[in-house]
Amino acid sequence: MKRNVKGLTIALIATIFFSACSNGKKTSDATGFTYSEDFQNKLLEECIMAEDGSTIEIPEGKFLLKKPLSLDGKKHLTIKGAGAGKSLLSFLHQSEGGEGLLVTNCNDITIEGFTIQDAKGNNIKLLNCDTIAIRDMNSTWTSGSDSTNGDYAYYPVQCKHLLMENCEASYSSDAGIYVGQTINVTVRNCYAHDNVAGIEIENCINSDVYKCKAENNTGGILVFDTPGLPLHNGRNARIYDNDCISNNGTNFGKVSSMVSTVPPGTGIIVMGTDSADFYNNRIFYNKTVGIAVIGFQLTGKPYNDSLYGPYCTAISIHDNKFDSKTISVPDMSKDMGKLVALGLKGYKDIIVDGSADPKLRDSKGQVPDDYKICIRNNGDIKFANLNFWQVKGESDITDHVDHDLSKFDCEHTGIGGNASN
Amino acid sequence: MKKISILLTICISCFVFIFFSRCMNGNDIVTVDAHYTEPFKKLSQYHFFKGDMKDLTPNDRVLPYDLITPLFSDYALKARFVWMPEGTSAKYVKDEVLDFPVGTVLIKNFYFPTDFRDISKGRKIIETRLLIHKQDKWDALAYVWNDEQTDADLNIIGDTKSLDWIDKNGNKVHDDYSIPNKNQCKTCHAFNGSLTPIGPKVRNMNHDFLYIDGKTNELDKWVAAGYLTGYNKAGNGSNKMAKWDDPTTGDINARARAYLDANCAHCHRKEGMANPTGLYLNFTNHDEASLGILKTPEAAGSGGGDFLYDVIPGKPDESIMPYRMTIDEPGKMMPQIGRKLVHTEGVALIKQWIAGMKDQSAANNN
Repeated sequence: MKRNVKGLTIALIATIFFSACSNGKKTSDATGFTYSEDFQNKLLEECIMAEDGSTIEIPEGKFLLKKPLSLDGKKHLTIKGAGAGKSLLSFLHQSEGGEGLLVTNCNDITIEGFTIQDAKGNNIKLLNCDTIAIRDMNSTWTSGSDSTNGDYAYYPVQCKHLLMENCEASYSSDAGIYVGQTINVTVRNCYAHDNVAGIEIENCINSDVYKCKAENNTGGILVFDTPGLPLHNGRNARIYDNDCISNNGTNFGKVSSMVSTVPPGTGIIVMGTDSADFYNNRIFYNKTVGIAVIGFQLTGKPYNDSLYGPYCTAISIHDNKFDSKTISVPDMSKDMGKLVALGLKGYKDIIVDGSADPKLRDSKGQVPDDYKICIRNNGDIKFANLNFWQVKGESDITDHVDHDLSKFDCEHTGIGGNASN
Repeated sequence: MKKISILLTICISCFVFIFFSRCMNGNDIVTVDAHYTEPFKKLSQYHFFKGDMKDLTPNDRVLPYDLITPLFSDYALKARFVWMPEGTSAKYVKDEVLDFPVGTVLIKNFYFPTDFRDISKGRKIIETRLLIHKQDKWDALAYVWNDEQTDADLNIIGDTKSLDWIDKNGNKVHDDYSIPNKNQCKTCHAFNGSLTPIGPKVRNMNHDFLYIDGKTNELDKWVAAGYLTGYNKAGNGSNKMAKWDDPTTGDINARARAYLDANCAHCHRKEGMANPTGLYLNFTNHDEASLGILKTPEAAGSGGGDFLYDVIPGKPDESIMPYRMTIDEPGKMMPQIGRKLVHTEGVALIKQWIAGMKDQSAANNN
């Protein structure tokens, strides 16, 4: 009996000891990040149970989280750190969920002042939210240009009234700042570098991107309209006062991503979009193309969407500065790069594929003024028109190229961006 | 004085009666308040089960049911029950979840047999998820069972359980089973941004279930129990989904579409969280493109691997859909939550479906 009591005591002490260990699970890694189950659980609960109008504070420090954070159905909520680089959340050892921070069905949300890194999917995703401010953030993957990095550093999709400012995005295997199917978008003073795509505005209506810097990405800024998505026919984008510098990074995107077709050395691509204005941008040292204006057909991907318009219409490119002085030969790793290098005999400041809705063309192949691509006041530029609409197949893809800029000497007035500002 | 003693006698006999009737019943009656602000902390407080709680013996008016083709959750077995307040019933809806009255509780117990080859060797109940139809909206609650299997505690932030079992082939399986947090519940249960049940649809319940008093069609049982009104068996009886793993219930197309409906379409439908993807896998969708046929993904990112399209007819090994089902890495796998393990048999079904697919055959699931 006595022995039993002793055994029981030992067992009890052992239990207390081990349970203490497992409750307080706290480990640090070499980079100074700490995992504490208590901290994680507290933050998880704070996010889930937050009252409308409250502020969730992320303390200063380097924290590992194994589970994703989520906010759903909140109003007037702020999630705030002590500053990017001061409050850091790492999802390096994430065990479940597609996002680091997932925000759904919220109204009036502010996300500011912390670093978020190494989520398995997207670092921050917002879905179906209205009135969002994301500012003073850093979102990144820490293992360099790796195809297993997560997809988007910031991924607001199907939202309304989005403001992103003073945010940094890097090493995304897709787009650093990806805004999808969103209405009334402002992205300003952001820095996107070393991603496959720096900033991508896809199937959005009314967008302004200005005073941003896109550097060392494969492609700097993309304005895309793609088929098969619920919000069709993205339009009304203004891209101005941005620096698109040395976007010559290797394309480390997976084949399944749209951006994997982007050739390294691309400043800006506008694809399939209606009504977009590109002006006062500095587009320097991109080795393949400064600005490319293309229809979706150029990707060679079939699509199955009767509501989709694959052509660019009413695009205006004016008062931009190009500089290609220090750059070498165009990239050859992607089809479009090869086309530029071989078919066009080298780098071009502006390339248009010349495609337009066949229904719009008159008997001479001309497109009415309101639907044209207009290019003016960009200095002495290297220009090529692929006249892709006359191309029959791969064999004659470069046979119709001309360099006549005069057909594009026009301007569109009143292309709107985010009117809600 | 006499009056008082009579009163006292009445009171005492009332008390004794109540006491004994409860004793004879063995338990209290089901207790659900659709107006709660704080949910019960313990599962036992609802009194859904009588006797030894771990036996999951339903209390009065707690009716068991199951689904023809269920959601895969790491091979968990699920014991489902429904309860509605006295005098209320669900209204028949043809293609969507039944229209449940306020106060309804859907009760789903997740458990694992020690040995899937012989379930008499015992089981462990891990969690019980409740969907309660409150006054204005549904609420999702998860209760995590204790090791003694005597009760379960309310859990908000989710949990991970380290589990081991022997599968139907005699292999040892280890699983870090994930109990969803409150927001993750809604990830799957979102319909146009609001929380709703997913499972109890007519087409997925239209089969026989072995009740204590014999085998009966589930919908007939619900009608007999007063839990379903407006169901016209003659008119609606053929509204029935195939059982994904039973070839006698439907061809490969019917079974694959049933599987996708149960395992993907809670998100992948226009009203679900995966609306932005344009990939809609609900049973009632017949549009080839949004079923994924030669559809480029919206944001599969690195999850799509080296593949261009969600589904390429005849080429299961080059299609993103089965590829993401075979991944078990967060952020890349599909579904994104609700499983840690790969559903080998489910993947095989979908691959077989794609392999045998000729153009335009996917949209036809009838």
